[in-house]
Amino acid sequence: MRLRKKQRLYLVLGSLVLLGGAAALVLTALEQNVAFFVTPSQVAAREVPEARNFRIGGLVVAGSIVHDGDGVVRFRLTDTQQEVPVQYAGVLPDLFREGQGIVAQGELEPDGTFRAVEVLAKHDESYMPKEVVDSLKDAGVWQHDGSGVPSQ
Amino acid sequence: MIPELGHLALVLALALALLQGTLPLWSAARGDPVGMRLAVSGAVGQFVMVTLAFGALTWAYVASDFSVANVATNSHSAKPLIYKISGVWGNHEGSLLLWVWILAIFGAAVAGLGANLPLPFKARVLAVQGLIGAGFLAFVLFTSNPFLRLDPAPSDGNGLNPILQDPGLAMHPPMLYLGYVGLSTAFSFAMAALIEGRVDAAWARWLRPWVLVAWAALTFGIALGSWWAYYTLGWGGWWFWDPVENASFMPWLAATALLHSAVVVEKRDTLKAWTILLAILSFALSLLGTFLVRSGVLTSVHAFASDPTRGVFILALLVVAIGGAFAMFAWRAPMLRPGGSFAPISRESGLLLNNVLLATAVGTVLLGTLYPLFLDTVGGPKISVGPPYFDATFVPLMVPLLLAMPVGSLLAWKRGDLPGVLQRLRLAFLAALLAAGLALLLLGWQHLGAALGFGLALWLVLGALVDLAERIALFRVAPAQSLRRLRGLPRSALGVALAHAGVGLLVLGITGATALREERIAALAVGEATALGSVQVRLVEVHQEQGPNYVATVGEFQAERDGEEVHRIRSEKRFFPVEGMPTTKPGILTSPWADHYYVLGDQAADGRWAVRLYREPLVVWIWWGAAVTGLGGLVSLSDRRLRVGAPTPARRRLPVGEGMAA
Repeated sequence: MRLRKKQRLYLVLGSLVLLGGAAALVLTALEQNVAFFVTPSQVAAREVPEARNFRIGGLVVAGSIVHDGDGVVRFRLTDTQQEVPVQYAGVLPDLFREGQGIVAQGELEPDGTFRAVEVLAKHDESYMPKEVVDSLKDAGVWQHDGSGVPSQ
Repeated sequence: MIPELGHLALVLALALALLQGTLPLWSAARGDPVGMRLAVSGAVGQFVMVTLAFGALTWAYVASDFSVANVATNSHSAKPLIYKISGVWGNHEGSLLLWVWILAIFGAAVAGLGANLPLPFKARVLAVQGLIGAGFLAFVLFTSNPFLRLDPAPSDGNGLNPILQDPGLAMHPPMLYLGYVGLSTAFSFAMAALIEGRVDAAWARWLRPWVLVAWAALTFGIALGSWWAYYTLGWGGWWFWDPVENASFMPWLAATALLHSAVVVEKRDTLKAWTILLAILSFALSLLGTFLVRSGVLTSVHAFASDPTRGVFILALLVVAIGGAFAMFAWRAPMLRPGGSFAPISRESGLLLNNVLLATAVGTVLLGTLYPLFLDTVGGPKISVGPPYFDATFVPLMVPLLLAMPVGSLLAWKRGDLPGVLQRLRLAFLAALLAAGLALLLLGWQHLGAALGFGLALWLVLGALVDLAERIALFRVAPAQSLRRLRGLPRSALGVALAHAGVGLLVLGITGATALREERIAALAVGEATALGSVQVRLVEVHQEQGPNYVATVGEFQAERDGEEVHRIRSEKRFFPVEGMPTTKPGILTSPWADHYYVLGDQAADGRWAVRLYREPLVVWIWWGAAVTGLGGLVSLSDRRLRVGAPTPARRRLPVGEGMAA
């Protein structure tokens, strides 16, 4: 019986140390690595987290896509209220096109351009990223059939 | 007509599942064998009915019956046959029908193969399976019926999302579901044991083959998914810590822990309540995964359009199943008698460390996956938790686990001899250290992490080999005798060594692909070249080609070193006129050393093409490592002592592996 009690003590102590360590890991990692999500209107009003990565979601403005010579793509994202110029060096996902809801992650440059390091579009052409839906709802233009796309 | 028959079969299956889920429980409590045997007939009947339903939907797809709404929305007559068939589960309704079908297969398998299970226990296991089946059949019938008709029927369908027109769709979801749903058997075994209030070595031995099947399938399924995401552009590469990926990874972590703790129950008759808890948790995480994927509450690269009422239904199922299981656990687990004790340094402690670290890892992944949802629900800011969070929490938990793995599997039961084990692992450790040092020398200090990763990979592979060598007493007895011992070794011992070595290969691949990856983004005119690592990559030509149901723009790349051709790779952009969508097929040249991964992008106004070129060293070992690990599970499964139908433990030919096999 003594052995079992001792065994249990080791187990409890070990688990406590581990849980404490894991909690510390989780807290520091969350502190440093969470990306906030903002809408184009919030960017225009400069309500954005400073000096860190964040995500922006919206619809790609029709006619705004420009392919520069050096592999850089420029386009504008809108929540139908405000537009944000986005710059992205890389190959865009297949579902990226005018009027499509997309999410971009990156940083805001001092000149107001969003420099994306990642542009995400989704599996499914009828799917709209949840953040984009929410931001369209905030702007009051969301329609339930998913056609809150003024440019189409 | 056939779709209506399918619908009818589903309704009958639901009735059978309800019967199977209730009456046998009652009969088992009263000791009535007739009622208990009903569970077996119910499980087989349910399997037959769901098979008919699945066959009916498949027929509707193959015959392109567009009067069925599901077929009209997701298929097209001009689609290749393989995508007509795999299109059956390329959509919400069909994939749930597949889920239910696999559940019915497992139910029938327990009914048919579990000849050695005592009848009351078997009846209770099958009853719990029946209740799960009833819940999901109701879900399919009431919220996601795949057999709804369209009137008038359209002349042709909308087609399948071109990104899903890939062999990956034919293999990944069925394999993954085999794993997800297979864990339902662990859940049912745990619930039945709680009802009876008894967990012993025999229970663990009955449980293990089912967990092994599910775990191996989940391993292959996740690996296939990772590979598919790697060669599909825009899905974030081989692992993105995306919520949907996490949803499949958490049950895998829990099932891995379960597999190890079940060994302790079997060999040492202890850690019983914990093992039951893990069995419940594994399936609970499977259900949670189904909920996350199918409700669309989380933003994911892999998200599909979804419907909130379905989310509510699955959430209700989740609450009932998990809540019920945990209540049952709280009520009955204290009745389980604790078993043998063990010293802090022992095989049991090693396996416990494995369990505690894996469970903590599940916790951190769960937190990171659900935290954005939680914040959003309580009205906090919208955030996303990305790969950096998971890298920062998961890696520090896995490193001690992997470091301890070779040591733990060499420790003896009850009381281990740590200095002795370390002595036996001395050479492996030195070799790993040497490999890390060599890597550091070649790569430089900025790649310290990579060097340590390579050392860890070698440590794991060599550790697994030392484990095998110790079992067959290699170099301590005559080679012929070692060979004889090898042949007499239980399959499960071989399986363990394979699975552990596979993890080493996986670490090798992950290290190479994350630390040594090279990337080049450029705009190239036809004939121009750019540097990638030690080669020059030239865009040789771009032309159009006609595919079966698409038009392709093909870019031919040529890699050159000192003006000599090293390899040629073609990358395609395909346009699907039916769906009006483009897809990109990256050109990939795989070798054991490195993958070359070239992507043709859009054409700029000046006529140059955007290209993205990657060199991914050792990346292929990620999937080979996972495959070897899963194969280890299958080899273990073939162990005769675990054979599902074996009525009694087989007579051992040699005393060698006795008590050592894990």
